[in-house]
Amino acid sequence: MNIQEFISIIEEEFDEVEQGTLEPTTSFRQMEGWSSMHALILIALVDNHFDVLLTGEELRALNTIQDLYDLLASKKA
Amino acid sequence: MKSSKISNISIHFPKQELNNSDLIKIFPDKDEAFIFKTFGIKNRFIREPFETGSDLSFKAAESFLNEFPNFDKNKIDFLIFCSEGLDYKAPTSSSVLHYRLGLNQNCGCIDMPMGCAGYIYGLSIANAMLVSGNATNVLLLVSDIPTSVIHSQDFDLRCIFGDAGAATLIQATEQKGIGKFVFGNDGEGAKNLIVERGSTRAPIDKTWIEKYKDEPEYLAHGKMEMNGLEIARFSLQRVPTLLEETLQKNNLKFEEIDLFVFHQASKFILSALQRKCKIPKEKFYEYYENVGNTVSCSIPIALKNAQLEGKLKKGDKVMLLGFGVGYTWGGTIVEWA
Repeated sequence: MNIQEFISIIEEEFDEVEQGTLEPTTSFRQMEGWSSMHALILIALVDNHFDVLLTGEELRALNTIQDLYDLLASKKA
Repeated sequence: MKSSKISNISIHFPKQELNNSDLIKIFPDKDEAFIFKTFGIKNRFIREPFETGSDLSFKAAESFLNEFPNFDKNKIDFLIFCSEGLDYKAPTSSSVLHYRLGLNQNCGCIDMPMGCAGYIYGLSIANAMLVSGNATNVLLLVSDIPTSVIHSQDFDLRCIFGDAGAATLIQATEQKGIGKFVFGNDGEGAKNLIVERGSTRAPIDKTWIEKYKDEPEYLAHGKMEMNGLEIARFSLQRVPTLLEETLQKNNLKFEEIDLFVFHQASKFILSALQRKCKIPKEKFYEYYENVGNTVSCSIPIALKNAQLEGKLKKGDKVMLLGFGVGYTWGGTIVEWA
């Protein structure tokens, strides 16, 4: 999965986010309507598509969608 | 070979309701649509002040006995009461319930303060008593009153949880019925869902009463603390394995299960699990919209409603999985009687 495909999945999963509005440099905490619930949604989404169960600490240490993508790529390598 | 079966389930909800329009009066910065979208819940039932788990179970047992006047309650020879809202430190609440229900004195009584996996553990004990021939009619009473340990300003917990009681009659049978069980436990997760104070290890004190003087009953039963993210991670990690182990232990294939009834933890956890376990929507039963998460009662409430809706028929194989506080988990497969 390339980063654009990853972004499309996030956009599809988050109701508040319009298609085509996220960039690799977008900080996910600054996404429209971000709440603690969205951290859960992101963890479930990553688990579903990458079979990686992120911890709360791992997620808190990340900022942008690119950071998250890179972490997943290194875990799957 | 001797087996055991679930013969009847009766449910009791307290009278007082808490719907989303009540909630937004307490939390004016939220709106009803947001609550429903996030939690999938419209209503919960709330106990009366000082009402205990055994009061709700008593009423559930009474409805069962009223519904089946021909059933001789003297035949009940074992009573299990599962609740985290017990009456006293001593005696057991099952003993109190036994007396209130006027049951035969030749009847064993035990309490189980179990939580989310409690119904599965209760069924396993009932099944063991019946299959071993030590009992013939087991009454499994489960009841939880999570709202008694939720702070009035805790938005998430007030949205999620509701109170209820359930009475299940389990009887010996020569047919297939309750199958084999899988159990598991990981005490490292204790801190992620806990009611610490108001206990033997951490009783409440003057400071506590002063701090919570405006809360109903001074929050003297304790205050629930939940790390929702960790509970969701635990569920995503553990439940798919529990599902596989439960199939293996019962020598059944995934496709042979007619209905999956999980502990009704939350809309988020259930939909993530349904997707992860690749369970077809029509085989995955969800029931929380009008009652919330009722802890140990969530599985019997779901079973009762699935049966009323015609989604559970005689001979159906239904997988029951309980998981949560502890962490504790358990699973079994029941061939519906």
